This record gives sequence, C-alpha cells and structure tokens, in this order.
Amino acid sequence: MADEIIRLEGVTKSYNIGMTSETEVLHGIDLTINRGDFVALMGPSGSGKSTLLNIIGLLDKPTSGRLAIHGQDTGTLDDAAVTRLRGHTIGFVFQYHMLISAFTAAENVMMPVLVDKGHSSAAIEAKARSLLDQVGLSAVADNLAPNMSGGQQQRVAIARALAMDPDLVLADEPTGNLDSKSADDVFELMRRVNATGGASFLIVTHNLALAQRCDRIVEVVDGRIKA
Amino acid sequence: MNRIVPVDWMVALRFLKEGRMQTLFILGGIAIGVAVIVFMSAMLAGLEQNFIKRVLTSQAHIQLLPPDQVARPLRFASGIHADPIIQRPSQRIRSVDQWQKVTDAARSMEEVAVVSPNASGSALLTRGDASRSVSMTGVVPETYFLVVRLPDYIVDGQPRLTSEDILIGTDLARDIGAVVGDKVNVTAASGARRTLTITGLLDFGNKGANMRAAFVALRTAQSLIGMVGGVTSIDVTVRDIYAAETVAQRIAAEHPVQADSWIKTNAQFFSAMRAQIATNTLIRVFVGLSVAFGIAAVLIVSVIQRSKDIGILRAMGARRGQLMRVFLIQGGLLGFAGSLIGAAMGLGALVYWHSIARQADGKELFPLVLDASLVASAAVMATAVGVLAAAMPAVRAARLDPVVAIRG
Repeated sequence: MADEIIRLEGVTKSYNIGMTSETEVLHGIDLTINRGDFVALMGPSGSGKSTLLNIIGLLDKPTSGRLAIHGQDTGTLDDAAVTRLRGHTIGFVFQYHMLISAFTAAENVMMPVLVDKGHSSAAIEAKARSLLDQVGLSAVADNLAPNMSGGQQQRVAIARALAMDPDLVLADEPTGNLDSKSADDVFELMRRVNATGGASFLIVTHNLALAQRCDRIVEVVDGRIKA
Repeated sequence: MNRIVPVDWMVALRFLKEGRMQTLFILGGIAIGVAVIVFMSAMLAGLEQNFIKRVLTSQAHIQLLPPDQVARPLRFASGIHADPIIQRPSQRIRSVDQWQKVTDAARSMEEVAVVSPNASGSALLTRGDASRSVSMTGVVPETYFLVVRLPDYIVDGQPRLTSEDILIGTDLARDIGAVVGDKVNVTAASGARRTLTITGLLDFGNKGANMRAAFVALRTAQSLIGMVGGVTSIDVTVRDIYAAETVAQRIAAEHPVQADSWIKTNAQFFSAMRAQIATNTLIRVFVGLSVAFGIAAVLIVSVIQRSKDIGILRAMGARRGQLMRVFLIQGGLLGFAGSLIGAAMGLGALVYWHSIARQADGKELFPLVLDASLVASAAVMATAVGVLAAAMPAVRAARLDPVVAIRG
C-alpha cells in the first residue's frame, strides 16, 4: 500500500444530471496506480478516457465513487486544497503541448513552481534549465514557445510536467500530434524519466505499438475498464 | 526573468505585451479620454484662477457697510399697515456705527487676514478749466494696499498717500491734463475743498475705472466728506476666499453692519462657474464610463482568447485568486499607463492652445495652470476605473472550468 498513488473505487461520471439528456459516461471504475507504474490507457473515441484522466487529474469531480490520492479521499477537499494537491502531485502533458505562448521554454517549465511559490528564484531557474537539459532542449531554453517545433514543444511540456516533482504524470495523447520520429523520441523520454526513478505515467494513446511498450495497458470501453 | 516581480504581475505584463495591438489600441482610447479630462480641467482651473485673481486683487473679500435705512410704518395691528405704500428712504452717507470696535473684532477673527476702514464719497476734481467728477476713496495705505494691490496698478509715480497726496486713474489725469507732481483741487459734495498733489497714476485696465478713480488718505477723505472720525465702509480680506460668505454672515450677526462677501456680489460668476463645473463633471463621468467599457471589452475578449492559457495555469496549480489578480492587474496597468500618456497629451494640448489662443489685446486668454495633483488624481482615477472594469473579466477568468478551457 505504501507505493499506491491513485486509487479509484466505483467512480462514475454523469453529465446533465437531472435532465432528460442525463448521460453516464463512466460506470463504476476501479483503478489503482502505484509508484513506478508506466500505464497506457486505451480505448475508442468517446469511451470516457479523457473524462477518466480529468477525474484522476483532479480537474473534474466524479459523480459518485471515491478517488484517493496517497490514501487521502479527495471528495471532501475544497477548491483551494484540490488545486494545491493537483499542483504538488500531478503533472500534465496534453495532446497539443499547450505551452503558454507569451513565455519562453524555460519560463513555461518554471510556471508550475512559480504559481506555487509566487515568484522566481535562482533555484527555480536552475531546475527549469536542468529539466530542459534532460529533455535535450538546453539550446532553445530561451525561445518563445511558438518558435519551436511540435516535437520540441511536447518535450518542453514533459519538462514542465516534471517541474514540481510530481508522483504521477497524466499524458493525454502526448504523441498524437507528432510525426513518428518525434513521437518515438517523446515516448522514449517519458520511459527514461520513469525508469530513472521519476514519476509514474498514465498515458492515453491510440497507438497500439506504443501502448505495448508500456508496463500495463488499461482499456476503457463504453465507460468501463475491460478486464 | 525578474525574480522580484510576483508571478501574477509577470503573467499580466506578458499577456499585455503579447497582445500588443490590443494593448496599444486600448491605451490610445484611455489616453484620449484622460487627455480630454486633463485639458478641460486644467483650462477651467486656469480660467477660474484668473477670474478670482482679477476679482480678489481689485476688491475686498468682504465689505462691511452701515445697514440700509428703512422706513418703519405704523401698524394698527399685526400685519395691517397704516399706509400700504411704503417709500424707501434716501440713503444718506453715514458712518459705520462703532467702526473701531467692529474693526478690532474683525481683526481678532482667526479667518480674517486684513481689515481696512475706508471713507468714500463723490467729489469734483478741478485743474485749471477742467473738472471731472470722481469717486473718491479715503484709505489707510498700510492696510488697504493689502486688500487692493494699488501699487501693482501704478504706471507712473509712486503709491504714496500722505494727507496731502492723491492717486488718480490715467484717463482722469489725461482728461484734466495733469501729470505726477501736479496739484489738483478736490471739492466734495459738502463744499469742503482741498488742494492735493498727484503722487501716482493708476491703470486698472478698465477705462471707466481709470476715468473715475481717486484715492486719498483716510483723514483727508473724512474731512472732505464731512465725516471726521467716521468711515463709510470697512474692507476685510479672509485667508480662505471660499469661506468669505460664512465669515461675512458671522460678522453681520455680531455687529450692526451689512456684510457683503465677494461670493454674494459675484453671484452671477458663481452660477456660471457652477454650471461649468457641472458640465465638466458630466463629461468626466461619461468619458470615464467609456474608458471603463473599453477596458472591460478588451479584457473580456482577452479572457476568451486566453481561456486555454487560463486552463493550463489552473491545471498547473494556479489558484482562482491568482488568475483574478492577473486580469485586475492588467486593467489597473492599462488605466495607469493610459492616464500618464493621456495627461501628457492633455497638458501638451493645453500648452499649445495657451500659446495660440489670445485675447484681442494679445494677452493670454487664460493662465497656464499645470497642476501636478491633476495628473496624480487622473492617474489614481484611471487606475481605479481600470481595476473596476477588469473585475467582471477577472471573475470570469477565475471561474473558468479548466476542463472546458483546455478542451477549448
């Protein structure tokens, strides 16, 4: 139990509750992610993968069921506490890299720490540069986000996801928008981070070849985890 | 990256910098609004100051006079008069009752700066064949020169008034063909006559005044008008010119005098001034509103454009309060920077207008009043308007659901 990061028990999610158009998209999900896991989340479009990812990432709340992070039930936390827990525990990598275009690569990487601490410091800057070095982007650290290639931006996004030393990185189709070479680079980067004792990963992907290179595949079909 | 600047300020500044076209346009809008306000306020302040200066250096703030003599008709009973037609009695020249006591009492008041008793009446000025009727004012030079700056109006000679001296207007001197040092005969209505020496010529910038003004020493006037030991009026200046009416009412309540403040005697000017201030306030309010709507519109668009960034920041742990501050800061910064540019534009326009707008005689139309407090108040107001206008977009940004925002 000591290395359990996330536990979902009977999680459901419905939209338009109380209306005739009420739809349940997740039906009783049970899932556990442990420290060191490198998990692929697969499933057809509309199966509820992104909803599940948002619930695990504390961006959305389950309609019923329980989500515990490090054994702590998140259902009773207020918005500020959830925001804080999210910032400290979970890193995000989105499909469309989602860097803030007004900032440089290094500043984007620093951003999670900056919003937590309030302002910059030499240590924060040094850490951001070291993370960019890890993802092989020292040379473009001071480039504005739009002045980088898609693959570079996605690697910056991975560096950013690691800035707060999260226990879990949630990646929503991180390679879906990249050519196969860049996709491979990005995947290998995540694998390396995971292998060197860094964060656990939960990666949403449609790419079976990539999924098969993960430690475990969780398949969601029609809002249920396929055994 | 600057390590002192808090993250919300940094994000706000970057957002403004990145959307520089939007920022420039809204800054232009704010600047023009503030420029109009600054220009109008400064010009009105100049005009007001000019008028007040002109009025208050040529007349007393308060003039104490003997009360009007009124007829007291017999009454049969309450409300029924013996004669329905009550004729107003003619007002003979009288001295202010107990004027030394009134003078001392006024002088002892904290709000009062100068008190100067005068004896005035009409007289005839004769030199050779020429004679002109004049309005003669007998004054105590030491105090009267502090009430009306006669030395400032001297164009020839000196402002000296011993019991044998007289100061007259330039047009009057021309009419009787006299220059400084000449002697003139002054005959009062009572028939008393004195020969006095012209020590100075005065130019009030007003032909009527220049043709009729004559100033002599108080004792000379008293003997000429037959009022030895009496005065016809007491001039008072106060430290706060706008408190003149209150002080006048207090003096009138405590002493048997009629007290006319400059505010009462220039009522027409005051109502014109009030109308101008009201118009100016109205313009300020509407310009302020249009600036506020402009800022709000730009920031609402910015929140929509930035919704993905806001979602990402939320996902990365940014608190709602931080995101609210990002937009409030943008509103405040736009207001502040716009007001500084606007104040510079407004003052520049004022200086230019001042240099080209002239009266018929080439004198300035209004004095240039460049008041730092006007710029400061414009900056404070515009910043406050900016922050207020940003409130709605800021709340909207803070309430954005990160899932929806990221999905776009």
